[in-house]
Amino acid sequence: MIKKKFIILVFLFINIFGNCYSENKPYSKLENEIAKNLRCLICQGQSIYDSNSEFALSMRVYIKDQINNGYSESQIYNMLVKKYGQWIVYDPGYSKKTFLLWFIPILFFLLGGAIIYLRIYKSKKI
Amino acid sequence: MEVHLQFLTKKKILISFALLAFLIFCFVTLNKALNENKIYSPIFKNEQVIYLPDLNLPKLFSSDEILLGEVAKYKEFSLVNIWASWCVPCRDENDFLKSLENISSLQTIGINYKDKKKNSIKFLNDYGNPFKYNLVDYDGTASIKLGAYGVPETFLINKNRKILLKIIGPINNDHIKRIREITND
Repeated sequence: MIKKKFIILVFLFINIFGNCYSENKPYSKLENEIAKNLRCLICQGQSIYDSNSEFALSMRVYIKDQINNGYSESQIYNMLVKKYGQWIVYDPGYSKKTFLLWFIPILFFLLGGAIIYLRIYKSKKI
Repeated sequence: MEVHLQFLTKKKILISFALLAFLIFCFVTLNKALNENKIYSPIFKNEQVIYLPDLNLPKLFSSDEILLGEVAKYKEFSLVNIWASWCVPCRDENDFLKSLENISSLQTIGINYKDKKKNSIKFLNDYGNPFKYNLVDYDGTASIKLGAYGVPETFLINKNRKILLKIIGPINNDHIKRIREITND
């Protein structure tokens, strides 16, 4: 019994050390923020932040360089969109192509509201 | 059965048909969007002219650096190929690149991507060196500045670094044909 507990304790300690080392990754808050908003283009359904692919690792170095060069967050997004297209950013932004994306939910909201209003109005009348 | 059918008024049928049509419309649109190729190639969209950025890259066989734009000026067309020794499709691609050596107006520039110097030189010795200029991208940032996804990737550019063709993935016979067409060989 004591042996079992000891083994469990040892495993817990290993885990603690693992956490300590993972904290050592030298990424700043802003870098992580940008990495979370960028899609890893060669991975499936992962952001640059989540992925460990060569592309994502290079992108992290690139982000760091650009921050050190004095570029702002939105400037970095713009530069990458120019190179890789709108698909690389998770936030699609307003444009001619994406206005439907922003407009349709509002339209549905108003439509739903109108239907509910009419229903209540009608039922009261009856 | 007929008793049930009485509840199906004209209005209800109309609404259900409209709903069905709407669902089909949604399905078709989403399906189309999902099947669309998401790899972005700036050249083929809106006939926009894109230039490869001018970068300072270190050479593979010596320690000095050279500007990509400088190298591109030496000949009418340049084929910029991003490769690595750990990249398996790059090995097959090597023969295709060698077959382009006889085009007089074209020069090949190899960019070694995230590789150990020893391995990359061994690769060139084992499979042959198809490149006239060998440059290195140690951490992959230069490739991102060029707008590349990874290895293998190839750009065909002219003297002014205007991108004429972008090949994502290994080169095949169709690409070779296109390159010969563009370079008028």
